[in-house]
Amino acid sequence: MIGLTHYLTVAAILFTIGVLGIFLNRRNVILMLMAIELILLAVNINLVAFSAYLGDLTGQVLAMFVLTVAAAEAAIGLAILVIFFRRRGSIAVDDVNRMRG
Amino acid sequence: MIAILAFYLFATLTIVPAIAVIFARNPVHSVLWLILAFFNAAGLMLLLGAEFIAMLVVIVYVGAVAVLFLFVVMMLDVDFASLRSGFTKNLPFGIIIALVLLAEIVVAMMSRGAGPGGGQIAATSQPNIVALGQLLYSRYLLPFELAGLILLVAMIGAIVLTHRRRGDTRSPNISKQIRRRPQDSYRNTNPGVGEGMKL
Repeated sequence: MIGLTHYLTVAAILFTIGVLGIFLNRRNVILMLMAIELILLAVNINLVAFSAYLGDLTGQVLAMFVLTVAAAEAAIGLAILVIFFRRRGSIAVDDVNRMRG
Repeated sequence: MIAILAFYLFATLTIVPAIAVIFARNPVHSVLWLILAFFNAAGLMLLLGAEFIAMLVVIVYVGAVAVLFLFVVMMLDVDFASLRSGFTKNLPFGIIIALVLLAEIVVAMMSRGAGPGGGQIAATSQPNIVALGQLLYSRYLLPFELAGLILLVAMIGAIVLTHRRRGDTRSPNISKQIRRRPQDSYRNTNPGVGEGMKL
């Protein structure tokens, strides 16, 4: 029987993969943003699983808000990435400290 | 039985592509793996009885976010191979940290007394989207409006950030056009016979 623990395990593994992705691809901002999306997806799975097993829809409402914020964050992050690339011709994060406000 | 099989199918097809996202050499492949992971996460949510969120995940993540990523990856001419330096150097340490984190989360999860222990998903009398809509437009109206505001800020922010004025194109000067009045732009003349217009 599939219980709450199964879903939480899947979400935990997904979350860990996302953190690992941020850690490993420390120079590549695009992959870092993708890893953040994975983390937010794991959070969403957690919220929906708790919502389903508690019989409380609040978790799904929160999942919608997380979805909204994830979309906004991706848009802003990629916009910053595009202007950064236009300035520097590279997206290596190590160069970001050269911006100086 | 079918539900169990479906769960393991969706769970495997969420986790394996997620790993492939991180380890793929080509970022375009990363985005495509990400799309597969999103689809199967939506399948997991379907199994949980959250149809609306599942469809929303497909529409928002696959339809908008992943396409945005694909656009940017294909648009930027980046040497991705050079960005992978340090990847193998960080790998052992990163995996250790990830395993510790995973163990912590699993221990926290297994400790009973936190949340409901297993059990069935309660059958609901009304459709998921109806219940969600009623909740969203009554109790969570203010957060809902604020979410819209966040999207507006993100939209304006992205446009302002990436919009660039180019010097080599001609564009109308809008304030000059608005300030233009009829009496400035024409005059009545009455030229005499044989004189013609003096401009």
